Amino acid sequence: MHIVGIVLMLIGVYGLITNRHIIKMIVSINVLEIGLNIFIIAVGYGENTIAPILTKSNINATNFADPLPQALVLTAIVIGVGTTAILLAVARKLYQQYGTYDLTEMEGK
Amino acid sequence: MKKLVAVLLVGLMLLLLFINMFDGSLEFNKMDLADVDGNYYAKNPIVSNMVTSVVVDYRSFDTLGEVTVLFVSSLGVAFMLGGLTTRIKFKHDDSFFLRIGVKVLFPIIVIVGVFMFVHGHLTPGGGFPGGALIGGAMLFKYISDSKYRAKISAFKVLEGTMGSIYVLLGIVGILVGNYFLQNILDIGELGNLISGGLIPIIYVLIGLKVGSELTGIFDHFMNEEV
Repeated sequence: MHIVGIVLMLIGVYGLITNRHIIKMIVSINVLEIGLNIFIIAVGYGENTIAPILTKSNINATNFADPLPQALVLTAIVIGVGTTAILLAVARKLYQQYGTYDLTEMEGK
Repeated sequence: MKKLVAVLLVGLMLLLLFINMFDGSLEFNKMDLADVDGNYYAKNPIVSNMVTSVVVDYRSFDTLGEVTVLFVSSLGVAFMLGGLTTRIKFKHDDSFFLRIGVKVLFPIIVIVGVFMFVHGHLTPGGGFPGGALIGGAMLFKYISDSKYRAKISAFKVLEGTMGSIYVLLGIVGILVGNYFLQNILDIGELGNLISGGLIPIIYVLIGLKVGSELTGIFDHFMNEEV
């Protein structure tokens, strides 16, 4: 699972480096963020651990997964939604001004 | 050429990360299960869902900051797109099936969202996914009907009230107990719907606040210049 997260993060970095289209860059940032979230969740997971929710059947179990990384990822997801909203608003403003989403064409104008 | 450089750079990062991960210097591959903190939360349970007890009790102050970040981002969107007042026009006509389908689905989605944040301390889910479901239901309304406008001022009032009550609950924690956002109410029996003291109350506040903030963001994106 660590590897999945790292590969997704690197796909996001690749997209950020190669793309000049603002919407594609925002999508790349989101892919990077999802990879990071999967990586943090994977750090908190050990072999044979169960979901950290107490029920009648597992009240005496001791092999719960670490809930702290999951709580941090919950925070990170919400903040990711906020930054994505701001980025999309900036992208719309730029489109209003320049009539294009491409950074190279913007530099030409 | 640029893409080749990018591929090489990303490959180099991958190589460095893998070398560091698997030669034992970062030790992600060797996790000591006895060291996992989950057992601490399992031995001192506040509510059934341990993630909720971390998010809304142990780290409630962080969650207040997180809600503030979401508020600031919705404020930023309103600042950048606030001058636009006309409803955006889609290139296609309204779909009859979408309109009727949304009429059926809207109450179901809202009820699932409310269920999710009311039961956030017992089952997976919680205030943030529940609020996101309510925001998504409002987005459905917007895309199904090209003339639909939500009463956005009511959502703004709801959002502000919920945020203020959250801060006030924290101050009550100082006055009655010892520290900011202390869980002053009786925790009750584990697994009941009314248990965990302040946790269900705060999650309902967060759910309504997140739902109204997302609705505000969607409303601003649905406007365009005349």
